[in-house]
Amino acid sequence: MIEIKDLHKSYKMGSNSLHVLKGINFKVEEGELVAIMGSSGSGKSTLLNILGMLDSADSGEYTLDGVPIKNLSETKAAQYRNKFLGFIFQSFNLINYKSALENVALPLYYQKVPRKERQEKAMKYLERVGLKPWADHLPSELSGGQKQRVAIARAMAGEPKVLLADEPTGALDSKTSYEVMDLIQKINDDGNTILVVTHEEDIAHMCKRIVHLKDGVIVEDKKIEQVRAEQYV
Amino acid sequence: MWLFDRDLWIEIFHTLGKNMFRTFLTMLGVIFAMVILVLLLGSANGMSNGFNKIFAGTASNSLFVWGQSTSEPYKGFERGRRIRYKLEDADILKKQIPEIEVLAPRIELGNHRGVVTVYRNGQTSGSAVYGDFPEIDNITKKKLVEGRFLNQTDIDNSKKVCVIGEETYKLLFDKGEKAIGQDIRINGIYFSVVGIYKPNNNINIDGENAVFIPFTTFQKAFNSGDRIGWMAIAVEEGTPVPFVEKQIKDILKAKYDIHPDDERAIGSFDMSEIFNNITAFTTVLKGFSFFVGIFTLLAGVIAISNILLITVKERTQEIGVRRALGATPVIVKRQIVVEAIVLTAFAGLVGFAIAVGILSILDAMFGSGDDFPFVKPMISVPQFIISFILMVGLSVLIGLLPANRAVRIKPIDALREE
Repeated sequence: MIEIKDLHKSYKMGSNSLHVLKGINFKVEEGELVAIMGSSGSGKSTLLNILGMLDSADSGEYTLDGVPIKNLSETKAAQYRNKFLGFIFQSFNLINYKSALENVALPLYYQKVPRKERQEKAMKYLERVGLKPWADHLPSELSGGQKQRVAIARAMAGEPKVLLADEPTGALDSKTSYEVMDLIQKINDDGNTILVVTHEEDIAHMCKRIVHLKDGVIVEDKKIEQVRAEQYV
Repeated sequence: MWLFDRDLWIEIFHTLGKNMFRTFLTMLGVIFAMVILVLLLGSANGMSNGFNKIFAGTASNSLFVWGQSTSEPYKGFERGRRIRYKLEDADILKKQIPEIEVLAPRIELGNHRGVVTVYRNGQTSGSAVYGDFPEIDNITKKKLVEGRFLNQTDIDNSKKVCVIGEETYKLLFDKGEKAIGQDIRINGIYFSVVGIYKPNNNINIDGENAVFIPFTTFQKAFNSGDRIGWMAIAVEEGTPVPFVEKQIKDILKAKYDIHPDDERAIGSFDMSEIFNNITAFTTVLKGFSFFVGIFTLLAGVIAISNILLITVKERTQEIGVRRALGATPVIVKRQIVVEAIVLTAFAGLVGFAIAVGILSILDAMFGSGDDFPFVKPMISVPQFIISFILMVGLSVLIGLLPANRAVRIKPIDALREE
C-alpha cells in the first residue's frame, strides 16, 4: 500500500541546514495498523507530513497504492489527499461553525458527491463512531473524545486508502484515549490501513507493528502482539 | 456550473453570517459609496432634466435673425443704413437653404421690442404686438391656458383675432373674467381674443405681455406691406446652427448690399449655443459625479478586501484543514472571491435602495423644478447597470488579493498553528 525508498528531507534554518530524515526505507501492506514512535525531533511528524502529501521529500521514492507521489502541483496534491488519505489530528481540527454532520461531509463535498448522498454517507459514518444523536451539534458542544470521533468519521467518510493519525490521543485523558484507540482498532479490523504517530508506549502497543524513529532513521521495526483497547474501556 | 452550486452558497452565507457585525461593518464602506454615487448621479440627472424643462417648448436647434444698422459703407451706401427685410426673403432663404426646417417671419408694431398701448373697456396695457405665422409655434411653443393659438385659417382669411399673454390678460381683464371672444383694441382696430398663453418656466423670447395676431391681418390693419421684422428659423436636426447662420447672412448681405465684413448689420441669436453650453455643463457634471462616485466605490471595495484579508488570517487553520481534506487552490480562491462579490453586491444594492429613497424624497420636495432647475432626480437604468458591473468587477479584482493570500497558506503551517 505504502512504499518508501531512501527518503531524505532537510529544513533550512537560516544558514544551517537541519537534516531531519536521513534515508527512510519502509513498507506498509494493506490492512496494517502501524505505530510510528519516536521522541520529539526524531522526524516522525515530518515523515507523516510527507506521507500525507502536506510536505514533499528532497529525494527518495514514495509510492501510494501503486501511484508514484512526486512533484505534485498543489491542485494534484489536494486531489490525491482527498482520494487516498484520511487525516486525524491531535487537535481534532474540526471547523468550528459547522455541525458534526457537516464536518464529516466535508471531504465528500470536495469529492463532488451530491448533497443528499453526502448527508447520508456522513450520517452512516457518524453512526459508526456512535455519534448519530450529536449530528447537529457544533464542535464546541462536544467533548474531546467526541470531537476526535467526529474527526475519525470525517477521515473515513472519503473512503481513503490509508488513515493517517497524528498523535490522535495527544489531547485526551487516558480513558478517552483508550476509547478512541478501541475505535481505531475496530476500523482496522474491517481491513483499513492505519498509521498512528505517537510517543505513548501503551498507545503504540495497541497497534500491530511499531516503527521506531531516532534522529531521522528507523532504528527498530517490529511486529507486536496487539493489546486490545476494549478491556480498558 | 459552479455558480449555481448550492453548497458554495451555503458555505458563503455560513461564513458571512457567522460574524454578522463584522460583515455589516465591512459593507458600510460600499453602502456609503453607492449612496454617494447614486445621489451625485441622480442630482446631476435632476439638474439636467431641470434645464431640459426650461428649454421645453423652444426648439434648441434654432436661431433668430433681425435687421440692424450697417456699420460699413458699401456700394455707395453710407454707414448707419437701417436694414429692413421683406416677406420674399423668407421664401428665398427657404428655397436656397434646404437645412432650414421651419422659417417663421414676424412683424412687430413699433420698433424692435417696442410697446404699444392696447385698450379694452377703459383698461390699458403696454404690450408688444406681433404679426405671426402659426409656424412660430414650432419654434417657441406657447403653453395655452385657454383657447387656441393662431392657425392657417386665420392667415388665409386675415381674421381679426389675437392670442394674448397672461400678463396682458391681467392688465386688461378683471380677475376670473372670461377673455375668449372679447375684443381688445390696438391702434383703433378691434381684435377678438382666441387664446391666452402662460409662461411655462422656460426661456420666453416673446415675453408674457404680448399680443399675437395673424401676419396677414397685421399687414392689412397696420399697412405694413411686405415688411418683416425678424425671422425665427428652426434648423434640421444634426445640422450645426452656425453653418446655416452663415449662409443666411451671406444671402441677406448680397441681397441688401451689405459689406461682407459688416458684422453689425444683421442681428442674430443662436439658440443652440446656450443649449450646447448647458448640455456641456450637465454632461461634465454627470461625468464628474461618476468619477467621484467610482473612486469612493473603489475605496469601499478596498475596505472589503482589507477585512477579507484579516478574515483569511483568522481562518488560517480552517483553510488549512480544508486544504488537507482536498480543497484545491481554485476552490479556496473561488470561495474568497465570491465572498467579496456577494458582500459588495449586497452592500451595493442596500446603498442603491437607500439612495433611491433619498432621491425620491428630494423629488417629492423639490422635483417640480419651479424654484431651480431640479426635476426628477433619479439615475437611469444604464447608469445603474454600468455602476453595478464596475462595482462587481472591482470586487473580483480586489477579492483576488485575499484569495491569493488564502492560497499561499500551506496546510502544514496552518495545522501547526494551535
